[in-house]
Amino acid sequence: MTQTLRRLTETPSQTAGPYVHIGCIPTFAGNPGIYPEDLGLRAIEDGALGEPITITGAVYDGTGWALRDAMLESWQADAAGLYPGQPGADPNVNGFCRFAADKDSGDYALSTIKPGRTRLRDGREQAPHIAVWITARGINIGLLTRIYFDDEDNSADPVLSRIEQRPRADTLIARKTGEGRYRFDIRLQGDNETVFLDM
Amino acid sequence: MRNAPTDPGPLIPRNRAAHPVAYDPDYKTSVSRSPKWPLLSMESTITEETGPVFGHGLLGPLDNNLILNFTQGEAPAVGERIRVHGRVLDETGRPVPNTLVEIWQANAGGRYRHIKDTYFAPLDPNFGGCGRTITDDDGAYEFMTIRPGAYPWPNRANDWRPMHIHYSIFGSGFGQRLISQMYFQGDPLIDLCPIAHTIKDRGQLDRLVAPLDMAGSRPMDYLAYQFDIVLRGRRQTMFENKPEGM
Repeated sequence: MTQTLRRLTETPSQTAGPYVHIGCIPTFAGNPGIYPEDLGLRAIEDGALGEPITITGAVYDGTGWALRDAMLESWQADAAGLYPGQPGADPNVNGFCRFAADKDSGDYALSTIKPGRTRLRDGREQAPHIAVWITARGINIGLLTRIYFDDEDNSADPVLSRIEQRPRADTLIARKTGEGRYRFDIRLQGDNETVFLDM
Repeated sequence: MRNAPTDPGPLIPRNRAAHPVAYDPDYKTSVSRSPKWPLLSMESTITEETGPVFGHGLLGPLDNNLILNFTQGEAPAVGERIRVHGRVLDETGRPVPNTLVEIWQANAGGRYRHIKDTYFAPLDPNFGGCGRTITDDDGAYEFMTIRPGAYPWPNRANDWRPMHIHYSIFGSGFGQRLISQMYFQGDPLIDLCPIAHTIKDRGQLDRLVAPLDMAGSRPMDYLAYQFDIVLRGRRQTMFENKPEGM
């Protein structure tokens, strides 16, 4: 026998289901009026410093079909690499944004500013990136991934460097398609399955 | 070295065995939506250790009252009146204060107010089905709502969801983000539900079943159910400030 360990176990996840929009973005779901506006409508406010960017893409299942019912959340640093709440962070950067796949096409869009490099406890730098969390019917525990950028130096990033199969790291890199515009598709399964993180 | 004076510490690695499996053929939609390759496991970084903070100023007075919030207090929703309350803690047993808790649910007949829900149980004109609140200094929260109905869903030939309330909880870091569902004590449909049983550890599934709490109820008004939630914790030791290897 031993003493009883004073630890609790995390509550298990369950799928967000097809109606996640009702609870998280009710105006998007067609139920306006309960709250003044949906939570996380904007990653940034007017006056945010940095390069404005728009990232578009879709979330594909293992058959190549774009999910019409996915909800995504993003979390990022400001242009100087500071997260909201850190001393000196840009007050016009909310950092957090909620957005959903279009119910007809499956496309999503995230408008924000490009984040700066962030630093780890041991001094290493992370390349500019946006964390993304994906929930939907059929996803039993939310999937965490990151959006990096193909016009940045990603060579020393601690997360990308940990991916043994180098071509798989490309699944985390958004492709520039125009001035301030990037494409980032998420593949839940199948060819070019996105790298998902357990961090 | 900690990277900020307020460094709250790295997240405790997630115990994936406490969670549902990603791929479960009894829950058919998971078959094409579950990653096949292993997740990339790493120690958390500042990206996962920080997260959005929502102030109490976000909340309207009826945000945590689903009986009244769809009509802004004009008319109550139909159904069995219940209070759902509990605490949000982390794995170390500490309360998680000032964190946003959002819920959503079907109405008393098992129908969601959503464009894609075509079940023929009627909508309740006085029920929207979503609410939110922020935990207090002890991590406590509460909602007033109606007990949601069970409903059929297209999966196997005759699958029904047990009565449930969806939960979304933030915590203090993006890596603590959690969405789950609360079930009700005594509902026989829990044992038959393929979504509930994506959790293979029965003890873990039981933690999603809220007990009836008569002491938390109000005579001649509402019943109560208790639902506590545990989020990932943070590693905090006095050795944490030393450089690696020292």
